[in-house]
Amino acid sequence: MRVIRLSLALCAGALTLLAQHGYSPADIDAGGRLYRSNCVNCHGQEGNAIQGVDLGHAKFRRASTDDDLAHIIINGIPGTPMPPANFTPAQAETIVAYLRSRVSSATVAGATAGGNAARGKALFEGQGGCRNCHRVNGNGSRVGPDLSEIGALRSPANLEQSIVDPNAEIRPENRSVRLTTSDGATFTGRILSEDTFGLQMIDSHEKLLSFSKSNLRQFELFRDSPMPSFRDKLTALQIADVVSYLETLKGVEAQ
Amino acid sequence: MKAPVLFFVLAAGWLPAQVSFDRQVSAGKEPQNWLSYSGGLDGQRYTPLNQITPANVKNLELQWAFQARSLEKFEATPLVVDGILYTVQAPNDVVALDAATGRVFWIYSYKPSPQSRPCCGKVNRGLAILDNTLFMATIDARLIAIDATNGHPLWNVAVAKPEAGYAMTLAPLVVKDKVIIGTAGGEYGIRGFIAAYDAKTGKEAWRFYTIPGKGEPGNNTWAGDSWMHGGASVWVTGAYDPALNLTYWGVGNPGPDWVGEMRGGDNLYSDCVVALDPDTGQLKWYFQFTPHDDFDYDSVQVPILADIDWKGSPRKVMLWANRNGFFYVLDRTNGQFLLGKPFTKVTWATGLDERGRPMRAPGAVPTPEGNKIYPGNMGGTNWNSASFSPRTGLFYIPLWDNYYSEFVKGPAEYGEGRIFAGAMPRSPVPMIQAPQVLNRKEEDGYGAIRAFDPKTGEKKWEFKLSEVTDSGVLSTASDLVFSGGRDGYFFALDGRNGELLWRATLGGQVSSGPMSFSVGGKQYIAVSAGSTLFAYALR
Repeated sequence: MRVIRLSLALCAGALTLLAQHGYSPADIDAGGRLYRSNCVNCHGQEGNAIQGVDLGHAKFRRASTDDDLAHIIINGIPGTPMPPANFTPAQAETIVAYLRSRVSSATVAGATAGGNAARGKALFEGQGGCRNCHRVNGNGSRVGPDLSEIGALRSPANLEQSIVDPNAEIRPENRSVRLTTSDGATFTGRILSEDTFGLQMIDSHEKLLSFSKSNLRQFELFRDSPMPSFRDKLTALQIADVVSYLETLKGVEAQ
Repeated sequence: MKAPVLFFVLAAGWLPAQVSFDRQVSAGKEPQNWLSYSGGLDGQRYTPLNQITPANVKNLELQWAFQARSLEKFEATPLVVDGILYTVQAPNDVVALDAATGRVFWIYSYKPSPQSRPCCGKVNRGLAILDNTLFMATIDARLIAIDATNGHPLWNVAVAKPEAGYAMTLAPLVVKDKVIIGTAGGEYGIRGFIAAYDAKTGKEAWRFYTIPGKGEPGNNTWAGDSWMHGGASVWVTGAYDPALNLTYWGVGNPGPDWVGEMRGGDNLYSDCVVALDPDTGQLKWYFQFTPHDDFDYDSVQVPILADIDWKGSPRKVMLWANRNGFFYVLDRTNGQFLLGKPFTKVTWATGLDERGRPMRAPGAVPTPEGNKIYPGNMGGTNWNSASFSPRTGLFYIPLWDNYYSEFVKGPAEYGEGRIFAGAMPRSPVPMIQAPQVLNRKEEDGYGAIRAFDPKTGEKKWEFKLSEVTDSGVLSTASDLVFSGGRDGYFFALDGRNGELLWRATLGGQVSSGPMSFSVGGKQYIAVSAGSTLFAYALR
């Protein structure tokens, strides 16, 4: 929390940025738009696409204050691929606001508060039935997203949201589809790739399938996630347990 | 539209197609697939498919192209399993795509350590598969197991230290329940080895050092402590004979490459083929092609196993066109030398004795002013695969002829992770990349596909290329031979007489072995050139 307090102090002059979590939602929103249109190509949606940098978890190589961040956003880092950008100081501050809001949602939401990873693992593998759709380290179904490294990719708040409200954000790679071929066969599954003339999916039997769109009679993308909400199925503590467990999943350990 | 929430649950109990080791032993029974680096464990790079014939090959048409997001040479030979093609985008991205359309299902991107320092490009030659798991050896000397359905890594183990010059570029070989690999790094003073890992867990099962340690048989073929940094790398996939339960691997050059006086002796097992027990890693026999090599003549060609008639009786042989310019036939049960002849211009040796040991030409060593020796540093052939057709009985070699280097005597000093090779030889033919404009003369070196009768060592035909070639060769059950060259051509020859039947211009140089598969009854020929993988079929 030290970093956040420090950043708030440094932002004190920029009163417009101070709101519920230190920044106004409008600024965070504006910063998010700037981030997505200018930064995401290199830093990725989650802000962790560059080795050693994780913008969603306040992991910066060269910045510790908001001023540092705004300076880097405007001036770039000479000798590295981080270029200077044509932002006004106010715009740079909104990007800082956005980045700080991500840290705050990742660490303040308390999604793991009181959670126990061991209990969460037991729930995940047992009563929760998560492995009917999800796979972790080679166990479970491949039909839903593989979660072996989900703890390295998503914040606890993000994970909690996916459990209680799976429809809140469905990432493009997790969209599900039902299609009917011209000879009447029906397939359901998760879409992997789609282009002008064809699409690739993993079906409900974990089979990789490829279709030419000209051979399809019907093709519908589901707006909603096939994952049910666990809001009423698990207690708040159980959800915290599962989130705590998911947070431990960091992918194949380098041995 | 609400989604049917529970439809995924129906998946329980279904398993993806399993590529058992038995399937790989009997790969010839499923010609639609290409289950290991060379197509079969015998290393023949021969397809039983015969839809594309000498009569219709002129109707080949491009079906799809996969453009790799990499400017490295595209050296991988894909695997194809039941309509899904797996390949590697350099350096270490595994790609699964629809073999009929080239559209991508998934990509697993592995970012190798910046400490990796392969000598000759951050390349990868392909994958191995067992059950539903793919195996990739990485340029930072790690071995990674990947779920073939969803592209997720299952385990990732360190094989050796990349900062000490160890790297892996080869496609692993699966034998039974183990994944066998070797490490490159012969120009960095490594001590090479072949190792097997448990396919399920990634635990190392055995390790065979290609340079014997102190007190082991063969260590005395290295003067002093030179064995410690003697190279003997392994960077091309081996072969396996299920009946003999032997796995065969070619071993690379001794180091420092061009400073032989720093490592007096024969330098076992550099430039050898070694026959190992795949269960234990125990050495069963070896044959050394180039004792005390001064010319970087890695013996990393794929061992080609064939059962042929030999002087009136059937014999289990191994065919080997070596980088040193000689073509060998060995008895693969025991390593006995049966036949050996030059397949290209050779001046470093005057011939082979009755045991197959080369007779070194007087004065054929690197000199301070440079000594012109054939074949040059890149060899009469190199890692790019030859092919044997059991139908024609011919052995097809992609080779360089009239090719020499001036080998220069220079200093070498070992430092961890630094080049330990000596002075770079000079040659009119560039080592790796093709020139933009080709204006060499034939006497400065050229390439060819040449067919030999392994029973006699006699040349049956050749197809000459203006430029040298880094392409492998594929032979088919309709007696076609496919190959390519640095000049960007990909072509089909009549395997019986070498006649050119079809060609395409692919732009980039062909630095891989062509392969074949079929989907829905349609035969494809795939080859990479430049940074693109191309798939052809009949129109």
